[in-house]
Amino acid sequence: MNAIEVHGLTKRFGSFTAVDHVSFEVKEGEIFGILGPNGSGKTTTIRMLVGLSRPTEGKASILGFDLASGIIEAKRKIGVVPDSSNLYDELSAKDNLLFMAKLYGLPKKVREKRAEDLLEIFGLYERRDDKFGTFSRGMKRALTIATALIHDPKILFLDEPTVGLDVVAARNLRTLISDLHQKGLTIILTTHYLEEADLLCDRIAILVKGKFVRTDTSMGLKSLAEEQSVIEIAFRKEMSDLVGDLSARLPQTDIVLLDNSLVKIYGGDSSQVLKGAFEFANDHNLGLESINSIKPSLEDAFIKITGLSPLVMAKEKGGR
Amino acid sequence: MLCDDLRCIYHIAAKDMRTYYLKPPAISWGMVFPVAWTLAFYLRNPSNFNDLVPGLIAMTILFSTTAAEAVVINFELRLGSIERLLLAPVSTNSVLLGKVLGGFLFGLLMTSMVTLGTALSLGLRPDLLSLIPVGLISLLVFSSMGALFSVVFKEVFEAQTFLNLPRFLMVFLCGVVYPISAMPEGLQRISQLLPLTYTVKGLHGAFSASPTSPLQDVIVLSVFLFLFVFPAMKLLRKRFE
Repeated sequence: MNAIEVHGLTKRFGSFTAVDHVSFEVKEGEIFGILGPNGSGKTTTIRMLVGLSRPTEGKASILGFDLASGIIEAKRKIGVVPDSSNLYDELSAKDNLLFMAKLYGLPKKVREKRAEDLLEIFGLYERRDDKFGTFSRGMKRALTIATALIHDPKILFLDEPTVGLDVVAARNLRTLISDLHQKGLTIILTTHYLEEADLLCDRIAILVKGKFVRTDTSMGLKSLAEEQSVIEIAFRKEMSDLVGDLSARLPQTDIVLLDNSLVKIYGGDSSQVLKGAFEFANDHNLGLESINSIKPSLEDAFIKITGLSPLVMAKEKGGR
Repeated sequence: MLCDDLRCIYHIAAKDMRTYYLKPPAISWGMVFPVAWTLAFYLRNPSNFNDLVPGLIAMTILFSTTAAEAVVINFELRLGSIERLLLAPVSTNSVLLGKVLGGFLFGLLMTSMVTLGTALSLGLRPDLLSLIPVGLISLLVFSSMGALFSVVFKEVFEAQTFLNLPRFLMVFLCGVVYPISAMPEGLQRISQLLPLTYTVKGLHGAFSASPTSPLQDVIVLSVFLFLFVFPAMKLLRKRFE
């Protein structure tokens, strides 16, 4: 059964179309990822689905409740983790949980127990009486997720859950998301981290400029890139100014600059690519650090599908 | 559904009381300012202090309700905390009413303290049938006015700054500082357009030796309530379209 059904969802801000006729279904119990660079319309899509923004066109239903007429009923069944941890700094961890529980109408005994259970699960029990404002980013994120689960929702929306977290906190959070999935929760997750989508999601929709360009499993998306060879070459010297020349030497290939001295070459005949690359390194006196023929990753599939450089995504990660 | 909305309105107001209102800045604006103002008048003419009491109560109503109300919504819109509230099964209108109720409850607390304190210490016996309706509707009116300013302006400082304009205009033209009948005709007309004028009039009636019916003042204040609360609801809804 589908937990979420979306048909032609569109959001325009004046003449700018942020989300353009997006359609998809999310099955009960799956993690559905929406992957795309910042500004692609991920958050706008989520905001429409959780009732924080009204669609310009299209319709959607959540567990059978139509978004236009039954959003209040739908809200009882969903938990939402926005891209920023927007709980109340002045309230303690436990009071933040209890406050949201009151808004959902949980009886006193139930909300007390649920709040304590969630504080335990998320490793915040010892800090339960400390104000939210004193928490680290990772703890704030964890409590924001805990708050979204206070009313035992059937569907959890996670908007960029690991943005701004350090590597360890992000890894812990991903483990937590996997655990929630194991317990049968349906999860919609937006991210611009390719590895996060690859690691967590059952299916991934790639969103570019407000449009879904492809929806498939991670394996399915990767198989699109398997038809072509992918060779990664690391030069000993910087060669970012010479990519044009390398491209001219290697017809029928796509070259992506990953670093000042690192390129990925998609397509073309492998032997011709290697020969051309050697000549190029020799002519420009660059030297070769390493050459790897690699198995296509989700990143490769993303590049092939969208034509975008993964650097666009990497830059937006703040160098993480 | 109505039960859910009422529950949320109450819990939002209770949370706001705790996180914003029962804090030194709100208390100082809500109580210290009117008391200091009244003290200045008292020192100038100590024999007429009883006449100042309705004005003191009116100003406490005005400043206590608008003290934090004018920034609470704006502040939460910027932090994204309003969105946190809207993720719960609650309408935008109920969120706004919860905010208005927060200002109302804080104002009620401050005003009750000032009214009881002055009435007991000066031995005044106001007509409660006039005092209570005028006081309650005024608290709602000025709390809604604060909410309206809070959603009209995008920046917290803008809301506070622009709210001072009608606040001080009302203080000077409501009849507390200077009798309305002694004002030039143009200012008299302006004073009739200000809600605090009707609060002061109603409160004077409640504290006078022969109390007058507050009905007319309550009706006019109710009109102001609608004029403030409905546009505020509409503007807040618009933020989430």
